[in-house]
Amino acid sequence: MTVLTSTARKRRRTTLIGWSFILPNFIGFAALTLVPVVAALALSFMEWDSYSSPEWVGLANFERMWNNANFWVALKNTCFYALGHIPLTLVAALGFAMLLNRPLRGVGLFRTALFFPYVTSLVAVAVVWNMLFSPDLGPINQFLRAIGIDNPPGWTTSSDWSMAAVVLTSVWRDMGYYMVLYLAGLQTIPPELYEAAKVDGAGAWARFRNITLPSLRPTTFFVVIMLTISSFKVFDLVQVMTEGGPGRSTLVLSQLIFREGITQGRFGYSSAISMVLFVIVLLVTLIQFRIQQRSER
Amino acid sequence: MTALLDTPARVTGRTPRSTSRGGTAGKVAGYTLLIVLSLAVMIPFAWMLSSSLKQNNQVFTVPIQWIPTELRWENYAEIWDRIPLWTYLGNSMILSVSVTALQVLTGSFAAYGFAKVRFPGRDALFLAYIATIAVPWQAYMVPQYIIMQKLGLVDTHLSLILLQAFGAFGVFLMRQFYLTIPDELSEAARLDGLSEYGIWARVILPLSKPALASLALLTFVNTWNDYMGPFIYLTSNDLWTVQIGLRAFVGLYDAEYAMIMTGSVISVVPILTVFLLGQRYFVRGIATSGLK
Repeated sequence: MTVLTSTARKRRRTTLIGWSFILPNFIGFAALTLVPVVAALALSFMEWDSYSSPEWVGLANFERMWNNANFWVALKNTCFYALGHIPLTLVAALGFAMLLNRPLRGVGLFRTALFFPYVTSLVAVAVVWNMLFSPDLGPINQFLRAIGIDNPPGWTTSSDWSMAAVVLTSVWRDMGYYMVLYLAGLQTIPPELYEAAKVDGAGAWARFRNITLPSLRPTTFFVVIMLTISSFKVFDLVQVMTEGGPGRSTLVLSQLIFREGITQGRFGYSSAISMVLFVIVLLVTLIQFRIQQRSER
Repeated sequence: MTALLDTPARVTGRTPRSTSRGGTAGKVAGYTLLIVLSLAVMIPFAWMLSSSLKQNNQVFTVPIQWIPTELRWENYAEIWDRIPLWTYLGNSMILSVSVTALQVLTGSFAAYGFAKVRFPGRDALFLAYIATIAVPWQAYMVPQYIIMQKLGLVDTHLSLILLQAFGAFGVFLMRQFYLTIPDELSEAARLDGLSEYGIWARVILPLSKPALASLALLTFVNTWNDYMGPFIYLTSNDLWTVQIGLRAFVGLYDAEYAMIMTGSVISVVPILTVFLLGQRYFVRGIATSGLK
C-alpha cells in the first residue's frame, strides 16, 4: 500500500463525507429511478411478458407500434392535448400574474383564490367538471343556451369535444401554479425600466412588448419546458374524467403504456411506447433550449 | 428574491395628483376585472359545495339553484356509512406523511452534499438527478413495477412510499436554496471545529426552515393528490387512498350526484387546511424552483 500524502488523504475523506450525505437518498433514487430508466431503454428492444423470459428482438416492438392504430390515435390525442394545454395555460398564467402584479389591496386573497384549483384533489376536480360539462342540464351548457347557443357541444359525452373538455379543466387547474412562477419573474424586473419607457412616451402595450416579455424570457422558458413535460405525460385527469373515451377520443400515450405494460403485462412493447414519449419530451426540450440560446445572443 | 413575493407589488413613483385621476379609474377597472375573473375561477367550488347540500334530484335543475332551498346537512353524516371514508383518509394521511418526512430528510441531507461539499464526480451525479426530472414517470413505471413485483411489494403502502420518497425534485429544490447560503457561514463553523454533519444539523438546517416548509408542503399536496401511483399499486380496498376510494364510489353510484359532491368536499378539506396554513411557503417553493 502506498503512503498517502496528507492532501490526498484529506481529499479522500471529503469524498467519503460527500457521498455519505448523498447516499441515503441515492440508494432509493438509484434503485427505483435510475435503474428503471436504464431498464426501460433495454426492455424496449426485448420481448417480455409476465409469463415468458426476456428475449432480444431488436426493433420488433417499434415495428409493431408503427403498425398499431391505437398508438397513432394516442399520439395524436396527446399532441392535441399539449397544443391546447401549453399555450392556453401560459396565456392565462401570464395574464393573471400581470393583473396581480399591481399595487392593489387584497392581492394576496386573489392569489390564494387563483392558486386554489392547483391544490384541490384531482378526483374532486375531475368529478365536479364532469358534472359541470353535463350535456343536458349541466351549468356550462345551460349558460351557453342562455347566451343563445342552441346546440351546445356534448363535451365529455361527445368524441369531438371530450378532449376540449379535458384541456379546459386542466388549464383551470394548472394556471395558478404557473402564475406564481410568472409573479416571481415579474418581480425581478427593475421598475426603473418602466419609468424610463414612460418618460420616452411608450404606451402600455409597447412597455409590455419591449420590457415585460423580454425580461420574462427565462421564466417563460422554464414554464414552457415544465408545461411540455407535464402535457406529454398527462394521465390522472384523463383517466378520471373520461377513461380515454368516448371511444378512443381521449386515449393518451400514458394510458396506452399503462394498459399495455401493467394491465396486459407486455413489458417490452409498453417500454417501446414509453421511449417514444421520452424522445418527444427530450426533443421539445432541446428545441426550447436552442431557441432560448439564440435569443440570448 | 423570492421574499419579494410576500410584499404587495411595488408602488410606481407617480405624483399623488396623477394617481387620483387616471390611476383611480385604472384601479377600479383592475379590481373589477380581478373580482370577476376570480369569481369565475371559483365557480366550480361554489357548485360543488352547493350540490353537496342538496338532494340528488335537485343537483341538475333549470335554472341552477346556487343556494339550495333546503340544506341537507345529513349528506355529511350519511357519507361515512356509504364509503369507508375514514380508512381512505387515514391511508392518504399515512402515505403523505411518510413520503414527506423521508423526502425532506434525505433530500436536504443529500442537497448539503451537492451544495457544500466538493468532491470529484459530484456534478456528474447531480446531472443524473436533474436529467431524471425531465424523464416522464410513465417512461420507467413498467420496470419500477417489475422491481416492486419481484420484491413482493405490490399492493402495499410501502411500495408507494419507497417510490415517491426519494424523488430528485426535493434534492434539486433544497440544493437551489443551499446555494444561496454564503459559504463563509459553513467555513466559520468548520473553524470552530464542527464536523460536516454538525454544520448541516446546527447551521444549515435552522437557516433553511422556509425551504424545508416549502418542500414539505409541495410533497404533501402532491402525494395526497396523486392518483396514478395508488391506482397502479393498490388493489385492496382497505389500502385505498381518498382519491381512489372516491373514484370507485363515483363509478358505482354515478347518479348519486349530491353524495359524490359531499365526498369531494371532504376530500378537499384536509388539503385546503394544509394549504391555507402554509401558503406563503408554497408560493416561495414554486418560485424558487423557477429562479436559477
